Parts: sequence; structure tokens; C-alpha cells
Amino acid sequence: MKERLYRSLQQKSIALTLVVSLAPLLILGATLYHQFENTCREKTREQISYRAQAQAEAIDLFLKERTAILNAMADTHTFQHMIDTQNLTRIFEVMNARAGAFVDLGIIDNTGTHRAYVGPYDLRGRNYIDQPWFNEVMIKGHYKSDVYMGFRQQPHFIIAVRRHENQQAWILRATIDPNRLEEIIRSARIGRTGDAYLVNRQGVFQTRSRFEGAVLSKANLDTRQFGGRITVIEMKDHTGEDCLYAGSWLNDNKWLLVINQQPLELLSRLFALRQMEMVIITLGVLGIVATTIFTTRLVINRLKRTDLEMIELNAQLVQSDKLAALGKMAAGVAHEINNPLAVILQKTGWMEDLLEEEDFQNCENLDEFQKSIAKIEEHVERARKVVHNMLGYARRMEPRQEDVDVNDTIQQTITLLENHARINNIDIQIDLADSIPIIASDQAQLQQVFLNLLNNAIDAIGSNGSIDVVSLREDDRIVVRIKDDGPGLSDEMIRKIFDPFYTTKEPGKGTGLGLWVSHSIMAKMGGNIHVKNNPDRGAIFTVEIPIVIPEKK
Amino acid sequence: MDYFSILVVDDEVDFLETLVKRLQKRNIDTVGVTSGEKALETMVNKRFDVVILDIKMPGGMDGIETLREIKRHQPLAEVILLTGHGSVETSIEGMKMGAFDYLLKPIKLEDLMVKLGEAFEKKDLQEQKIRKARIKELIRFPGRVFQQEKEE
Repeated sequence: MKERLYRSLQQKSIALTLVVSLAPLLILGATLYHQFENTCREKTREQISYRAQAQAEAIDLFLKERTAILNAMADTHTFQHMIDTQNLTRIFEVMNARAGAFVDLGIIDNTGTHRAYVGPYDLRGRNYIDQPWFNEVMIKGHYKSDVYMGFRQQPHFIIAVRRHENQQAWILRATIDPNRLEEIIRSARIGRTGDAYLVNRQGVFQTRSRFEGAVLSKANLDTRQFGGRITVIEMKDHTGEDCLYAGSWLNDNKWLLVINQQPLELLSRLFALRQMEMVIITLGVLGIVATTIFTTRLVINRLKRTDLEMIELNAQLVQSDKLAALGKMAAGVAHEINNPLAVILQKTGWMEDLLEEEDFQNCENLDEFQKSIAKIEEHVERARKVVHNMLGYARRMEPRQEDVDVNDTIQQTITLLENHARINNIDIQIDLADSIPIIASDQAQLQQVFLNLLNNAIDAIGSNGSIDVVSLREDDRIVVRIKDDGPGLSDEMIRKIFDPFYTTKEPGKGTGLGLWVSHSIMAKMGGNIHVKNNPDRGAIFTVEIPIVIPEKK
Repeated sequence: MDYFSILVVDDEVDFLETLVKRLQKRNIDTVGVTSGEKALETMVNKRFDVVILDIKMPGGMDGIETLREIKRHQPLAEVILLTGHGSVETSIEGMKMGAFDYLLKPIKLEDLMVKLGEAFEKKDLQEQKIRKARIKELIRFPGRVFQQEKEE
């Protein structure tokens, strides 16, 4: 019952402490776990989007630069000047020196015929009148092509500008090396999984992709997903992993710069951090749980012990109260019984006196009368003894104060019983502490207590056994323990052993007053006497005597 | 013990009567009364050697008060206290006030007789001592004898 109470208290205490201490930790952990990841994903998106924009601007700038140079050349030179190969070569060299990336340069007249050409291929004389770009540049004044193979069977793209001169239109056309685009983009490829490339509206690679294909192959990408200027979308890449794609339109929205990156790669450091956080939190949780359980157990155990001591103390108090009340009652009862006993004894005495007279000497029942009277007197004597034992308590109300050596008193008492013990083959072991001072107490009363306890121990053992008598000093008390190896005591015996008239001896063998009187003596002295079972065997009686230092005479 | 006279004081009539009868049967001059007041009355007219006095007598004077009065009127009379319960305090108080001894009820007549003998001896000794002292005084200071007797 009590045990269940402690267990429930312990469980409640542990649960409450754990909830209070773990909740903030777990909430913090969970928040960190999610918020951190979200923040980092957001950051990654921002970063990739920014990168795409920067790269797109770089490429746009690259294209605009080339277009501007072409325009400048066309504006500052006449057709006649240009179609001279020597002049064109010089212009071509200037352009490459100032801007670079030009593969060749040609002049096309309004019939679509290539009139002059500088470059690695012999394209002079070719006619472009049927090419769609020719018409476009003639109409719009400028043209930038997608990357294509063309006559030369090499990926390239062209920039063409138109010039009006004397009602005649002619075209300055240059081929650009697409590798230069890739060089610009390459710096956007980050880590193991990062990629960056250009595709046109149809999803054809304008530059080589790191993983997904060569120039002019078809990309596995729907360019319609990318609207506006910069778009970031998340989808599976060629390996099936989650991947962030950032797209930015450029070159008059003809080309799409795509930068893709597996966020996991960028987040891996975060994940390591998060793992560490989890480990720390787990360790923290374990630590808290262990500490909580440990301290709670400690507290509950201490509580249990205190309760137990309290119960014992209460039991002792109840015992003392009970015995004190019984003592008062016994004194009253003794008086009430002694008076009638006195009368009875006088009456029988008177009868004896009368029977001495001559009239009765010849009575045939004289003998019977005398025997009956003797019996009555014998039983009055028996009753008297019981009452006197009880009165013994009352008479011992005031212990004397004399110098007492407790060890000496124990020795003397044992000497009295030595023969009795030897006959029953009982060995009395003595272990007396040297540090016991002489105290002011009542030696006769102490001796009676020791005598009662030792007698009881001998009676409890019967024969063949041993008794240990130990004296020691504990703070302000002298403690004497008398330990026997008899059968020990039942719970009921322990409860009642100091009650008057409680005896387990055969009728007539004991009055049941010895321990009661002993208890009363010790209580009166300000000491104590209590009993418990020895866990091994037998019982242990403990007498506590207060140390009162005798006054100097 | 021709001139040995005893007064028994006890409120327990049965006890008193029987004890008186038994002592008288042994040729001891014995008077019994049931209260302290009666005892003092009786002692006005008669000198007793020993008074057997019950300490506890409910109603009227108790044993200790009676003892005090007896010792005032007849300091030489020895008092044996009787008690049904052995309160050391009362007994010691009684002894301090000059009681000879105390006995616990129930008592056997034989024990009481022994105690009476002792009490009588003490009283006898006391009387002799006083007589001797008085005679010495008489010889030394004839004029002061009367006065000293009064002081006792």
C-alpha cells in the first residue's frame, strides 16, 4: 500500500521533471531542425537565382559588346573599303584585338552573295539569299543566330548587322566561337553536381552541358517552365535527385541560361551540423532522464527512510504513553487490591488465633480448617507478590543519583547469572567499550534492567547458545545491546513485549512484569529500551542510558 | 509487655477490628479508631507507645496530617505508617516528619510484631536517654529543670 504510494509519487515526480526540463529542449531541437533547413533552402534558392542572373548579364554583355563592335565597324567603313580583303583582314584583326572571340568576318551584298571573307573557311561566293536569317537581318537591321552547324560542320553562331549605303544595303557578318560562351558560364558550375548551360527556346543546347549532353543535342528540359526574367524551380535531375534549376532569359529571350544544383550538396554541411545538434540533444535528453531518475530515487528513498523513522518514533511514543498510563493505573489498582488483601489476611490470622483456643483443639475438622486457612494465606501471598511487583514500578518513580560505572554494572550482573548460563550451556560474550564515562544514575535499577534482559535471553535460548553483550557510546548516550541467538520474536511479541502481564513463559513461570518494569525504569531515567529481531537469528534488546556527568563533590 | 499500649488508626473497619482483636489477644493494650480526628481525641486522654497509622484515609485528615499532629502532642510516641500503595514520596515525607518506619499492606501479624518490638525499643531508649539527661541537668542546674521539661 505504502510502497505503491512511493512508486506513484516517484513516477509523478519523474514525469513532471522530465516534461518540464525536456519540453524546451525538444521544442528548441525541433525548431532548429526545421527552421534551419528552411532557411538554408531559401538561401540556396536565392544564391542560385543570383548566380543565374549574374551569368546571364555577363553573356548578354558579351553579345552586346560583339554587336556593338560590328556596328561600329560597319558604320565607319564603306562597302568598297570593306570588300577589299586586305582592309577586311585589318578590321578583323582590330576586332579580335579589341574584343576577341570572332572566328571569321564576311561582307554580304544585297543579293545574298558573300563578297569578301576573312577566316578559316573559304566561304567567298556563297549565296545566302535563301537563308531565313538573311531576310531577317535585311528587315530588322541586326541578327543573332542560335548555335548551328551550317556549311562548316562546326557548332557556331553568327551576328550580322545591316548597313545602308547609297540606297544599297549590305551586311557585315561575324561568326562567334560558342566555346567562349561556355568559358563564361563554366564558373557557375559549383561542386560535384552543379551545372550551367544555355539552351534555345526549343531546348537545344547552345553550350555543352556538364552532364546532360553536347552542343546542339536536345536537353531534357521544358523551357516553357521558365517565365519572366529569372525563375527557380525544383525538379528531379538526370540522376533522379532533387535539383534546383534557375533559368534566366537573355539574348532577346532567345536563349535560356540554366544553372542547376542539387541542394543536398550545398546543405551537406548543414546536415552535419544538424546531426551534431541531434547528437547533443540526444545526449542532453539522456543526461536529463538519468539525472532525474537518479535524484528522484534518491529523494524518494530518503523520504521513505524518514517516514520509517517517523513511524518507529511514533510507535515508541505510543508505547511510552501507553506504559505511562498503565503505570498510573497499576498503582491505583494495587491500592484497591491491597486493602481487601490486608483484610483477608487479618481475618485468616484471627481465625488461626481462634483455632489455637482449647474449644477447637478437639474438633475433628481442625486439621482441615487449618489447611484451608493456610491455602488462603498462600494465595493472598501470591496476589500480594503480583501487586508488589506492580508497586515496584510505582516505588521506583524517583531513581537515585549515584556514580555508576555501566560496564562494571554489566559485569556484576553477568556474574550473578554465570552459573545459570553455564548449566544451560550458554556462552556469554562481552564486548565493552573503554570510552564509557562514569555517569550519575541508579545502579540498582540499571542492574535490574540488565538482569531482566539477560534472564529473558537465557530463557529464550533455553540451552546451547550464546549471548552477546556490547556497550558503546553514541553521542550523549550509552548504548548497551544484548543479543541472543534464540528463536527471535513474532511481530505481535515485538508490539506487546513491554506491556504489563504479557508473558510467553509457562503459567506461573513469569509474571510478565519484568520488561514492563525495565521499560518504566529506563523511561524514568530519560533513557530508552527497545527490541528488534536480529536478521540472522534471535532478538536484540537495546538499552539507551543518558550520560549525566556526576556533580563534583 | 504489660505497659505496651498501641493505637491503630485505619478507615477500613474490618481490618481495624480484626487487627485490634488479634493484638489484644496477645495481651497488648490496643485501641482502634477509624479516623485521624478520633485518634487525636483518644490521645488527649491516654499515652500510647506506638501508633499504627494508615497513610491513605479518604475524607477527613489523612495520614500525614494526623502524623504531624501526633508528633506535636506526643513527640515520644513512635508511629508506624501503613500504606496500600508504596508511594516513596509520601513515605519519605512521613519518615522526615519522624515516623519510625512504614509497612506495605497486606501485612502479616508476625512482621508487624517485629516492627512493633523495634519501635518499642527505640522509644524505650529515647526515654532512657531523656531521663538520664534530665537527671544530669537536675544535678548540674537544679533551677532549670522545670523549664527544660516544658521545652520538650
